[in-house]
Amino acid sequence: MRYIDPHIHMVSRTTDDYKRMALAGCVLVSEPAFWAGFDRSGAEGFRDYFRQLTTFERNRSLAYGIEHQCWLCINAKEADNVALAREVIAMIPEFLAGPGVLGIGEIGLNKNTRNEATVFLEHLELAARLLELVLVHTPHLADKYQGTRMILDMLRDEPRIDPERVCIDHVEEHTIRLALEAGHWVGMTLYPITKCTPSRAADMVETYGAERVMVNSAGDWGHSDPLAVPEFIFEMRARGHDEALIRRVVYENPLTFFSQCPRFEFTPRGDAVAATP
Amino acid sequence: MTHVREAAEVLNRDFLEMRSRILEVAAALDRLDRAPARVGETPDRRLAQLRQAIGALLGPGPGRAETVQRIFSLEYDPNWRESNGFARAR
Repeated sequence: MRYIDPHIHMVSRTTDDYKRMALAGCVLVSEPAFWAGFDRSGAEGFRDYFRQLTTFERNRSLAYGIEHQCWLCINAKEADNVALAREVIAMIPEFLAGPGVLGIGEIGLNKNTRNEATVFLEHLELAARLLELVLVHTPHLADKYQGTRMILDMLRDEPRIDPERVCIDHVEEHTIRLALEAGHWVGMTLYPITKCTPSRAADMVETYGAERVMVNSAGDWGHSDPLAVPEFIFEMRARGHDEALIRRVVYENPLTFFSQCPRFEFTPRGDAVAATP
Repeated sequence: MTHVREAAEVLNRDFLEMRSRILEVAAALDRLDRAPARVGETPDRRLAQLRQAIGALLGPGPGRAETVQRIFSLEYDPNWRESNGFARAR
């Protein structure tokens, strides 16, 4: 089955992973800007990173037949430095018109601080002004519920951004209903220990349905599995769910969400028709 | 439309994994008991969270996973904007 991984940090994966993913049926990845595991020394570090995302990483992905799209922002962790964040946010428009850029992301909160919220709001202002899609990182573990509710508050207060142009990522059992009821898309991240499992993601699809629901691996430099989406496909098949439902979650839904970006173009190899549903 | 499995089907597939995970938790609790506490140390609040979460498993469903998530979560403050000096909600 063709699938899309709508949230994976390929800059931190080896090329072997691209091959494994291609063999498993991955046809497109969407890569948000994230924390590299260390705090960058300044704004120029982000300029290099944005260049890496929009050129080198895109070319590396295409070499394995996998379309590469990316998102740009300063991540929630480094956003606690407001002065740096403002320099980076000012730089984003330079890169938005480049090939394969979907919008602003993954913005969000980390420890739910005042500075993080300030920078989140300034990212929203940019997205609203430039009519960009938004991909949101919700905090890990104990901070997730509190941070998600704060994020939803801030989105609710921004009438210029249509809720359906926002994906609330890393949702779990205590946050998925809140995000769906607010009218947003949601991403369930299949990441060991700190996030969700394929089984629990399948449970949430059974509970809440497939409308506006995606799954992703968020594969990065930590312990993670770039084939987590195929693991979800396996789990859903093992439970007897039909191919149409599974395909909707892992392929059609990401395409529908991304197609809201006017720059988004994607035609799977071998298809004569553009893959916009 | 999602496929609906009967309870017996779910149990047949998941029993061994559930058994394994319960054993892991049991072994971890035994491990904690074997580890000597420092003299005068105040109880770690995480132990209370663990006990509360385990208790939640015995409660009626559905929603146990969400309940456990909330036990391990910080509370939401509806006045967070005011507390942080942001403008009031529109």
